[in-house]
Amino acid sequence: MNLELTEEQLMLQDSLGKFLQNEYSFEQRQRLSREGIGYSEKNWQQFAEMGLLGIAFEEEYGGFNFGMTGLSIVMEAIGRGLIVEPYLATVVLAGQLIQLAGNEEQKQALLPPLIEGEMKLAFAYAERQGRYDVFDVSLKAESSAKGYVLNGSKSVVFNAETADKIIVSARTSGEQRDKGGISLFIVNKDAVGLTARHYQTVDGLRASELNFDEVEIADDCLLGSLNEANPVIEQVIELAATAICAEGVGVISELREKTVEYLKTRKQFSQTLGHFQVLQHRAVDMFMTEEQIRSLSYLAAIKLDGEDKKEQLKALSAAKVYLGDARTLVGEQAAQLHGGIGVTDELDVAHYYKRLAMLNTLFGDRDFHLQRFSQLL
Amino acid sequence: MDLDYTPEEKKFQLEVRAFLQESYPKQLQEKVAKGIALKKEDYVVWQKILNEKGWVAPSWPVEYGGTGWSPVQKYIFEDECGAANCLRLASFGLVMIAPVLIKFGNEEQKQKYLPDVLNSDVWWAQGYSEPNAGSDLASLQTKAENKGDHYIVNGSKTWTTHGHYADMMFALVRTSKEDKKQKGISFLLIDMNAPGVTVEPIITVDGLHVVNQVFLEDVKVPVENLVGVEGDGWTIAKYLLQHERTNIAQVPRSKKQIERLKELASNEMHHGKPLLEDVFFSAKIAEIEIELLALEMTSLRALSKLSAGEPPGSTSSLLKIKGTEVQQKITALLMESVGYFSFPYYKDVLMNGWEAEEPVGDEQATFFASHYFDWRKTSIYGGSNEIQKNIIAKAVLGL
Repeated sequence: MNLELTEEQLMLQDSLGKFLQNEYSFEQRQRLSREGIGYSEKNWQQFAEMGLLGIAFEEEYGGFNFGMTGLSIVMEAIGRGLIVEPYLATVVLAGQLIQLAGNEEQKQALLPPLIEGEMKLAFAYAERQGRYDVFDVSLKAESSAKGYVLNGSKSVVFNAETADKIIVSARTSGEQRDKGGISLFIVNKDAVGLTARHYQTVDGLRASELNFDEVEIADDCLLGSLNEANPVIEQVIELAATAICAEGVGVISELREKTVEYLKTRKQFSQTLGHFQVLQHRAVDMFMTEEQIRSLSYLAAIKLDGEDKKEQLKALSAAKVYLGDARTLVGEQAAQLHGGIGVTDELDVAHYYKRLAMLNTLFGDRDFHLQRFSQLL
Repeated sequence: MDLDYTPEEKKFQLEVRAFLQESYPKQLQEKVAKGIALKKEDYVVWQKILNEKGWVAPSWPVEYGGTGWSPVQKYIFEDECGAANCLRLASFGLVMIAPVLIKFGNEEQKQKYLPDVLNSDVWWAQGYSEPNAGSDLASLQTKAENKGDHYIVNGSKTWTTHGHYADMMFALVRTSKEDKKQKGISFLLIDMNAPGVTVEPIITVDGLHVVNQVFLEDVKVPVENLVGVEGDGWTIAKYLLQHERTNIAQVPRSKKQIERLKELASNEMHHGKPLLEDVFFSAKIAEIEIELLALEMTSLRALSKLSAGEPPGSTSSLLKIKGTEVQQKITALLMESVGYFSFPYYKDVLMNGWEAEEPVGDEQATFFASHYFDWRKTSIYGGSNEIQKNIIAKAVLGL
């Protein structure tokens, strides 16, 4: 048993730390987030050069195969820097779908350009009525002479605006809430009949509503087995949920550190706020939450790299429940302890808080995961 | 990062498991599993068995009778003991006075006291708290006047667990009135059979007698019973608090208790179905189990740091807070799980289990309310959880 990072992992962590410190200030992040495509293409190319885009892919496609524990190191840094580049959408969601479901030809065609920073992807899975059930799919794909025709809509598709291709979950047989009968398709962004409404998200990222109206795609756009995509979709959503728990650890650490720093400098009643015991104990609650969620995030990553399915789900749902608690115990407290300045647009704290709140929702909120954990007791 | 044991560690785990299976008395196993109050002889029996095996003091240096185990081995041992419903040995001798003597005691004191601690032949009690010195321990008033070859001690100590069993008490006493109240405190070993020592029982909320108030009236204590030098007391007390306590979170015990809770909840009926299937109740169990998973992993992270040679630091404060919170929540859910059958109070059943009479409700039910009330002590003793937060605020966060 050993819970220390390896030499390689420490080096990765170190280079990420330097990047955040020297090249990713909060002011730059805010500018990127609000202008143009919502992130920097130059940063994306730098991620490729740093090897970050290949962390979680097999070596034969140009990746480094660092596993979930390696990916977690990158995600924690993404949380610390409030990074806006489409890492989750391209590398984690769509990239892992291709690695796990793709045939050799698809992997060869898509993964190397992705890892080199030349191709971006998005995954459209959420629907209006489905809430957090990824199997609740009504978007239809019917076979045609040329291949398939897609009809229906997808909601809150992260970074669809800049994706070269979009992976779509579609119903190819059965009823809307059947777990069988779901298939994945790779659709070009300029496919005829695909329309999009792009918007900013509350936490400074980008997402889109997509509509598919008689979108025709070829046979070879099918990703994985026909009608049997649900297990791989669930697997990738679980992997992505584990990844955002690590992102949450980064966000939470920043919030806790910034708040403690503020308590040490801000003076009221002729003394620093840190002198007041009631505030000290709140800061300690934030610290304890940080330590516990870090533990659960590590546990979820280690279990995901292992074999036991039930333990994987339990560890992930445990981490996700704690992430929901952290919205209250860390996010809300960080704003409260900063006072008025904590709820201004100017201060970074408010933006970390917003991301933390959205991380609770992403891939199933606290209630969803508490219920799942309860069912696995 | 890797949670798996090495082949050697796995082998050790099997060795521990086999030993416990063979040597841990069935009657004690049953008592602990049911939560029946433990008596002095219960502790002594198990400690003597462990001492014969050489496994009684894993945290001691090898030259004094320690096991020489790695932190992971110690964790495995504790985990297996928890799973086997082993009773927790009394800590006052083994994990409190012994490490102090090893670090601060002179050769004569070590030779005189340590072997009897190992073999449970001399029982120790802790003399820290006083009626007017609880969380503010440094304001303690028990006075020891130096009379050349002995001290005369006057005052009173309270919350003295096992004081009525104890042969000796290690105590913090005031040997001088300095400006800074921490400075005048010394660490003294007091014979509980000396003239002037009286022990009065304090009956706790469960109706049982475990703790006491100890009165000291002109008690003569030889100067060779001073540990370290006069004024060292506070440093020694702090050392004790920071001394390696890998099992402070009590994770193995809580794991076992959650198992027990689930088992009960699948037998107890609610709306005509097993209680465990109730959405609200199962969510409450889930919340505790999640906290426990986090706590176990936090303990393992501290352990991993310890294995890599880093001191655990203030992690023990976090483990104490979270560990006691989990334990307390489990006792509350155990009580809730049996519904009406948490009402009956049988003091003799708490002490001896159901013997002559038929149990009221589930055989375990009678214990739960008393355990729930009794377990409030855990967030109060050993430095209250609020004091632990003060420690984290100061030592970790720099506030």
